[in-house]
Amino acid sequence: MAPKDAAQSLDRAPADADWPAQLYRVLKAAKVRQVSYVPDAGHAMLIRLFADDPEVVSNVLTTEEEGIAIATGAWLGGSRSVLLLQSSGVGNCVNMLSLVTMTRTPLLMLVTMRGEWAEFNPWQVPMGLATAPVLAAMGIRVMRAETPDDLIETVEAAATLAFDAEQQIAVLLSQRLLGRKKW
Amino acid sequence: MSIALLDRRQVVARLLAKRDGLLVVTGLGSPTYDVHAAGDHDGNYYLWGAMGAAALIGLGLAQAQPDRTVVVITGDGEQLMGLGGLATIAITNPKNLVVVVLDNDHYGETGMQVSHTGHGLELASVAQSCGLTEARTVRDMSGVEEVARALHAPASGSRFFAIKVRAENPPRSLPPRDAVHVKNRFRAHLGLGTM
Repeated sequence: MAPKDAAQSLDRAPADADWPAQLYRVLKAAKVRQVSYVPDAGHAMLIRLFADDPEVVSNVLTTEEEGIAIATGAWLGGSRSVLLLQSSGVGNCVNMLSLVTMTRTPLLMLVTMRGEWAEFNPWQVPMGLATAPVLAAMGIRVMRAETPDDLIETVEAAATLAFDAEQQIAVLLSQRLLGRKKW
Repeated sequence: MSIALLDRRQVVARLLAKRDGLLVVTGLGSPTYDVHAAGDHDGNYYLWGAMGAAALIGLGLAQAQPDRTVVVITGDGEQLMGLGGLATIAITNPKNLVVVVLDNDHYGETGMQVSHTGHGLELASVAQSCGLTEARTVRDMSGVEEVARALHAPASGSRFFAIKVRAENPPRSLPPRDAVHVKNRFRAHLGLGTM
């Protein structure tokens, strides 16, 4: 388990939360076959569900921009993919986002937010503030979910927009939805 | 530092002379021009930007098309920007992925500044350390012949070849810059539709 993951897995996306499993079912129904991620506690359960799924190839990344390139290759080969990352990782993706907008390649990113709701760590704040504006500046459509129900519906809609209309979408999972991190 | 004698255009022409079903992804700059100069093909995916992406586009493609051999042809500067990508490739290590770096020790597109490989970094050692199944540096034409044969031979995991070439910029051979066109052309080659 990555250090970042280990430090947070106990207190974000609690084990009794139902939405990660629902999210998994929505992404499976959307025929996602490749998943890329830099570990994040908010995505921990989804990462585990995909890792146990023989139909899905999982890629752990060294930096989030790699996932943009993998998604591009996946679509070239006829495969649908999803990129799981934390808001800080959006900053690592900026130039690489030109790849999917130039090629009009479907991109579905699920971004867990930090630095916006009851944040204890000030180092998360700058990129938390910049996440949506940076994505928008690069031509990525930003959608946002504040509640579990909202999240499932939003990701269903985002998957259709991405894979059927060849759009580039980031769904932001609000920090309030993910839960307060205990220190 | 050894003297690089190979001609990059001859190397690429040899690698793609009998390409059969190879799918080719090219890194921005000279490798894109080299592959185009060897003959435009619907199975070529040319990059004009997204530095550091080439090998990872190859990874995503290789995972989506496990029965086709995917060859990434890129340069040392482009691969250096995506060094972490070699670690990511090694995790799933698809046997149908081959990364070829045309390594001239320089950033040719921007004025021939010396790159990290020109300062002694061995990309094949990095790839080997990351865990790719085969990784080596090639310095002569007989080695290039071996790589060309390897592209059509079965493998147990991903392979990496750094081919040392002369630092020079041959006349540019420019593929289309319309990225949507190139994408749709490539997908059509695989029998995949557009919207």
